[in-house]
Amino acid sequence: MEYQNKFISPGHNACAGCGQLVATQAVMRGLNKDTIIANATGCLEVTTTSYPQSAWGLPWIHSLFENAAAVASGILAALNKKGDVKTKVVVQAGDGGTYDIGFGLISGMWERGENILYICYDTEAYSNTGIQASGSTPYGASTTTSPEGLKSIGSTQRKKDMLAVALAHKLNYVAQSTAGFPDDITNKVKKALALNGPSYIQILSPCMPGWKINNNEAVMVGKLAVRTGLYPLLEYVNGQLSNSSIKNNFQALAVEEYLSQQGRFKHLKPEAVKYIQDLAEENIKRHKL
Amino acid sequence: MKSAKDNYELLEGSQAIARTIKNLEPAVISAYPITPQTHIVEILAKYKADGLVNCEYVRAESEFAAASIVLGASAAGARVYSATSSQGLLLMTEVIFNIAGMRLPVVMTCANRSVSAPINIWNDHSDVMAIRDTGWILLFAANHQEAVDQHVLAYKLAEKLNLPVMVNVDGFIITHSYESVIIPELSLIKKYLPDYNPLLGTYLNPDAPVTLGAFFTPDYYQEARQTLHQDLLASQTVIKEEYKLYKKLSARQEAGMAKPAIDNGLIEYYGPKKPNLILVALGSVIGTIQETIKSENIGLLKIKTYRPFPGEEIAKILSSAKNVAVIEKAISLGNMGPLYSDIRGALTKNNRLNISNHIVGLGGRDVTKKIIKGIIKSASGRANEAKFWG
Ligand SMILES: Cc1ncc(C[n+]2csc(CCOP(=O)(O)OP(=O)(O)O)c2C)c(N)n1
Repeated sequence: MEYQNKFISPGHNACAGCGQLVATQAVMRGLNKDTIIANATGCLEVTTTSYPQSAWGLPWIHSLFENAAAVASGILAALNKKGDVKTKVVVQAGDGGTYDIGFGLISGMWERGENILYICYDTEAYSNTGIQASGSTPYGASTTTSPEGLKSIGSTQRKKDMLAVALAHKLNYVAQSTAGFPDDITNKVKKALALNGPSYIQILSPCMPGWKINNNEAVMVGKLAVRTGLYPLLEYVNGQLSNSSIKNNFQALAVEEYLSQQGRFKHLKPEAVKYIQDLAEENIKRHKL
Repeated sequence: MKSAKDNYELLEGSQAIARTIKNLEPAVISAYPITPQTHIVEILAKYKADGLVNCEYVRAESEFAAASIVLGASAAGARVYSATSSQGLLLMTEVIFNIAGMRLPVVMTCANRSVSAPINIWNDHSDVMAIRDTGWILLFAANHQEAVDQHVLAYKLAEKLNLPVMVNVDGFIITHSYESVIIPELSLIKKYLPDYNPLLGTYLNPDAPVTLGAFFTPDYYQEARQTLHQDLLASQTVIKEEYKLYKKLSARQEAGMAKPAIDNGLIEYYGPKKPNLILVALGSVIGTIQETIKSENIGLLKIKTYRPFPGEEIAKILSSAKNVAVIEKAISLGNMGPLYSDIRGALTKNNRLNISNHIVGLGGRDVTKKIIKGIIKSASGRANEAKFWG
């Protein structure tokens, strides 16, 4: 498809089969040419802009790890001053840039109610620096700073509920998707942009070295995350949960089917798996899957 | 014709700066409050509220955000403004480096203040000295008039050179005191400063997509930094030209002020050709020094552009003296004053000079004429340690 190659080109340095790039391509299919992107430091930035090359066909800026939201606010202010109401501003960041170090600046941007689409590619760890744990790392995952060991089951924290944080800011549009469902991603991006106002889309992006999966498994694992109820396809319009694509793809599979595919969970004992199953049940109840 | 005298107004420094910024018409302003910068951004917020400025005023939730917001707006082709002080500048530091590295023409005021700990809100130069190596042009104002004029110059330099410029004004001493000052009129600014219209393909615009802030491997990084360094050094020529042009257009004759022997935008020198002693300083303390000097044998070197450091010009002037006393409101803890070290570095060819270093006014301690007299008395010797006064 023509636009696919225009906005993000092949030939970048991401791992072959990278879940984040699958998601990025799906996001790009939802955008049009009148878009400016502010990107945080992380895998996506590093792998796509090795100077003097760039994979981006849209105006694109990277400043720092934690300030992409504020940079986007500045871009929007410049567009507003020019009277440009056509150009959309989109932020792209990883979960580290979103849940952790950039958290305060995202809240500032949302407070200002600016018409910016924020996309978080959630690899559930700092992929770029070698899979250290972030506020998004799920319970039981082994990362390089929450390693499993004789006395450790890996991360003992629960994943922070960023969607709830976004909803608390009264965003017009809040959604969750995974690299297992690229068309769902594209549709959500289009919908977010059609509804003017601040919006947040979080996309589970399986990371091969981080999750210890094979390079043909990112999409499959992304699908399992949805089908087990651990990472449902969610969408909130003006704070109201809408059912859109949830029912079709949820199959109430046991979480074990998802966990067992991934090296980061392979050390887990039955009690830990049971606890994670409880988390999935909690999601199922809460979102009436 | 109206004489320049008629245009003088008695204004608080912050108000004079805010009025000047209004006439400079930035498209985007973003800031976060901190004493003693507050009056500047409050006045600009009120201008916006009253419809007196036609800009976007983005209220940021921290200095880190404010700096990032003006970075983004500048990258999208807008003329921008911010202001801060002390802890605010320190919180911005990562963005300050980034703005210069990305060659964005951001202009900012720093109302200079000490840094914590201990916490203290009064004036010295510890804040700006922490960011002196970041690639910004750093201007220092000695009084209200210089403060406003340097902001006009700042936009011209920034937009011509693609370098960020910070105008340093002493907190309280300039920001909160009243002096008579001429606000550069809109007509003068229009004549001097072209509207800011960066070339398509150099900023974020869907009509000509560019990638800004790319990842540089060791094959390219060093050249990028070297180029920034060389461009900063070379900007001295442009600073001199632009300063001269602005002086000509503003046709300002400061009544009753001693005329400097050298006055080129980088430095000003007052005094004889072969003085016994030259005092060197930055910022508002210059006024106190000028008031104190009685002897015809003493010169005064005022540094107005601290980065790029006009080392050659400074060395040329200082070499004509027997003694040099560097008076400064900052200390590189564990070494000497930063200005002293810079000057020592520039004086490599002249080892016979007696050069001493005097630290004054930290955290707002008064710098009195008595202190300056004491420095003058003690300055005929070489000192290997910075001496603290007051
Ligand atoms: C202030 C700062 N701290 C740390 C880093 C190092 N760093 C760069 S990218 C990164 C992790 C990025 O993780 P994430 O946001 O999850 O994106 P991913 O690489 O996983 O896509 C870190 C820690 C940095 N660049 N800046």
